[in-house]
Amino acid sequence: MSQNPYRQDFPVFRNGKYRYMDSAATAQRPDSVIAAEKEFYESMNANPLRGLYELSVMATQAYEEARRAVSGLIGAEPSEIIFTRNATESLNLVAYSYGLTFLHEGDEILTTVMEHHSNMLPWRMVAERTGAVVKYLKPLKDGTIEDSELEEKLTGKTKLVAIGHVSNVLGCENPVRRIADMAHDTGAVVVVDAAQSVPHLKTDVKELGADFLAFSGHKLMGPFGIGVLYGRRDLLEKMPPFLRGGEMIESVTLEGQTWAELPHKFEAGTVNAAGAYGLKAAIEYLNRVGYDNIRRIEDELTGMLMDVLTEYPYVHIQGSEDPSKHNGIVSFTIDGVHPHDISSILDGSGINVRAGHHCAEPLMKHLGVQSTARASLYLYNDEEDVRALSEAIPGIRRVMGL
Amino acid sequence: MALNSIYGEILNEHNLRPVHKGRIENPSLVLDGKNPSCGDEITIELRVNDEDVIEDGCFTGSGCAISQASVDMMLDLIIGEKRERALKLYEIFMGMIRGEAGEEETEELDEAMVFKDISHMPARVKCAVLGWRTMREMLDGRLSVE
Ligand SMILES: Cc1ncc(COP(=O)(O)O)c(C=O)c1O
Repeated sequence: MSQNPYRQDFPVFRNGKYRYMDSAATAQRPDSVIAAEKEFYESMNANPLRGLYELSVMATQAYEEARRAVSGLIGAEPSEIIFTRNATESLNLVAYSYGLTFLHEGDEILTTVMEHHSNMLPWRMVAERTGAVVKYLKPLKDGTIEDSELEEKLTGKTKLVAIGHVSNVLGCENPVRRIADMAHDTGAVVVVDAAQSVPHLKTDVKELGADFLAFSGHKLMGPFGIGVLYGRRDLLEKMPPFLRGGEMIESVTLEGQTWAELPHKFEAGTVNAAGAYGLKAAIEYLNRVGYDNIRRIEDELTGMLMDVLTEYPYVHIQGSEDPSKHNGIVSFTIDGVHPHDISSILDGSGINVRAGHHCAEPLMKHLGVQSTARASLYLYNDEEDVRALSEAIPGIRRVMGL
Repeated sequence: MALNSIYGEILNEHNLRPVHKGRIENPSLVLDGKNPSCGDEITIELRVNDEDVIEDGCFTGSGCAISQASVDMMLDLIIGEKRERALKLYEIFMGMIRGEAGEEETEELDEAMVFKDISHMPARVKCAVLGWRTMREMLDGRLSVE
């Protein structure tokens, strides 16, 4: 692969010479996504689900088409797809609606120390309010969760398992299917944080055994402000609404109200229809490229990057030594240089990588580092990006006087 | 890019060989400062005498080069000074970062002037001011040990 044919589809690369390697934070958007959002506002903008006139019908259709595109992407029914703002809101919806209703004192919530704060703090809230207890699986340094950990911590009291599909720091894929099978045997429901997996891996909620699955549109090349929650139909049906207001009711009288059908019961207020329409364009783009291609590009570049980085004795890569187990995410440290300084100095050469604790402070502690720098690759990155980063590494130490 | 002009000999010297990193005897004020965006944490100790003079000071903890060097330079400036003078220097430093301090005033910051352009990198402002904010809180709040 010499030239990446997809790169030209992204205006940010045509307009600047960025070496963008922070796609785990947010992806870049192709022309088709930007055009779709614009098209919505230019030719079908009205409040969806409300107006009885043509324009509003078009807006409603666009919004529901987007829902069908999402359900197709992850193997769900459209009525099981709830649009939210982002993965964080999706996870909170499950915590507030399912967690606070169905968990009780003495129940256990099982999660891992490698979760993003968004898949950790909502469960702590549930525990604090219900008297349930949160238990944490501790992975090995490469992210592997051993069977013995699972067998010890998954008990008859476990009522909910919250697990990230792909770690945003280590890039490892967790054995969600195996964990889900074990969890279902003890009667627990399984919540999957798929924020880092759906952009990179073919994801099917049934194959995974997910009862709930959350992700963000913006990491998938969709617009900001649109996210997804999948929920198993029978679970969503018995859950109370998360937010209350317009568009989520069947009828309201002064004596009471009945809720709208799924999924509208969970979509209170005016929805982000243009964002959903943009997300549909992102899914179409993703499907045109194909997960196989994405995998091939990412693995090749990750392999290149890790090969070069390991040649520097003062660079340390977190996670597996096998590039194919990174899903494009390479977290690293440089002896004597704080990750913030790494990122700032690289910025001087137009190279964009993130530095910090990546909203996973407990994992940092578990790995024994305070923070890391992180390069995360996606389908539009090319060899030039990796070469630029690799070649800039010795200069970082030099700038720091080392 | 402007920020890379901040990295250089002066900053490296204070980062690699900080003068004031360590502990002092009988501090009268001790306070932790935390940068929530990166989790970095420092502790500053100061000994202020009855005449309100900062007799000695030091810091411990880890952080990026910008936060470490900045707190070391700050201690250079305030040790031996009166409390009011240290608080005045705080105002000048913050003013410099906001681009509001006059040239003459800024000169008073000596080596700490290297952070003049940090505002071009908003994400790093917190690193540069971590020590200064902590110091101000110590001297303003009149915290005492234990
Ligand atoms: C694993 C993981 N979970 C959840 C999130 C939260 O996503 P968002 O900020 O879009 O809600 C992120 C992204 O930052 C993530 O990497």
